[in-house]
Amino acid sequence: MAEIVAAAFTSHVPAIGVALDTGHDRDDYWRPVFAGYEKAKEWIGQVKPDVVICVYNDHATAFDLSLIPTFALGCAAEFQPADEGWGARPVPVVKGHPELAWHIAQSLVLDEFDITIVNDMEVDHGLTVPLSLMFGKTDAWPCPVIPLAVNVVQFPPPTGNRCFNLGKAIRRAVESFPADLKVVILGTGGMSHQLQAQRAGLINADFDNRFLDLLETDPVAATRITHTEFLRESGSEGIELVMWLVARGALDDTVETVHRFYHVPASNTAVGHLILENARATAAE
Amino acid sequence: MTAEPDYKDIPGTYVFDAEQSRKGYGLNQFCMSLRGAANRDAFRADEAGYLKRFGMTPEQEQSILTRDWNRMLELGGNIYFTAKLAATDGITFQDLAAKMTGVDRDTYRAMMLAGGRPIEGNRSKKEWEGR
Repeated sequence: MAEIVAAAFTSHVPAIGVALDTGHDRDDYWRPVFAGYEKAKEWIGQVKPDVVICVYNDHATAFDLSLIPTFALGCAAEFQPADEGWGARPVPVVKGHPELAWHIAQSLVLDEFDITIVNDMEVDHGLTVPLSLMFGKTDAWPCPVIPLAVNVVQFPPPTGNRCFNLGKAIRRAVESFPADLKVVILGTGGMSHQLQAQRAGLINADFDNRFLDLLETDPVAATRITHTEFLRESGSEGIELVMWLVARGALDDTVETVHRFYHVPASNTAVGHLILENARATAAE
Repeated sequence: MTAEPDYKDIPGTYVFDAEQSRKGYGLNQFCMSLRGAANRDAFRADEAGYLKRFGMTPEQEQSILTRDWNRMLELGGNIYFTAKLAATDGITFQDLAAKMTGVDRDTYRAMMLAGGRPIEGNRSKKEWEGR
């Protein structure tokens, strides 16, 4: 059977992609950010997932206001990196895994998560920046990637609890797939940031670190954070953190922390990064 | 009438809820159109004329023509959409943020390097009274 063995969580700040693409990743400003992801590249090189599921949000790229799916699963064979106004990122085309993606979509619907199926979709920095941080600069992503787009642009986004339970349903879906596949799930976005209006630039390191603590030790408590608390405490765009709960829900309740990193700032945003594995002892029982 | 949502108490913030989304549909779809190079050219050639395609209010059109970024948000704009207008003008996300907060680029950048805008004093409109 297929299995989700681990989750990695990361911010997906567009400026990180720009810095990497334009060769500024060793500048004084960016070096500490990229240093925090050296472990990620080493780790995923050892884990060698067969498939990555990337939970991210579209930033008015594939979806405008004419259609706003709360959860949308990319089932296509490939996804082109989008031109977001400054040219498409010079990163490889994202190859999907239609067989597993369709299986997950069917399983989710029968499991009463009525997911939107997407067969034609460009992917923006929300998906490609995490891939760059995990895999570095490359001519081809090392494995297929299934995009799961979550609406966090139109308020209200799904609740943290709903996201967490979606993660559990994705896990059930993956585990009912007949082929032996090792799957890593990425939860992306956040951490605290506000891009808009007079309060732009808000950062709340205490909130972010408490959220990282909860993901490690008490994710159910994190699912109880209300929308207003996210908006107020982590900024209007910090509410992207609900997407981390999808990935966390796909893991065991008890996990081992492989890596944890936090840095302020990357452009307007607090960068958080966490790698969690299902506890091996539990898996062996 | 239902009670005012509690998130309306957050200062300096326009939550893109149903009310804002309905109000800002044309404005945001205008911004979305700027993803295409041909549309950007058409907009630049005749800004006021181009805006007529999107069924906006005169106030919304004016906020765009004068690049009043906070007013656009107040009138239903969403930051991920208005950022496309900023990109058309060659303005980065960070510089756009500086403009919306009323400081210059260097001041904003220095604030971010120093840890960002603190949460203390920025949770409630009550804390911003008299500013």
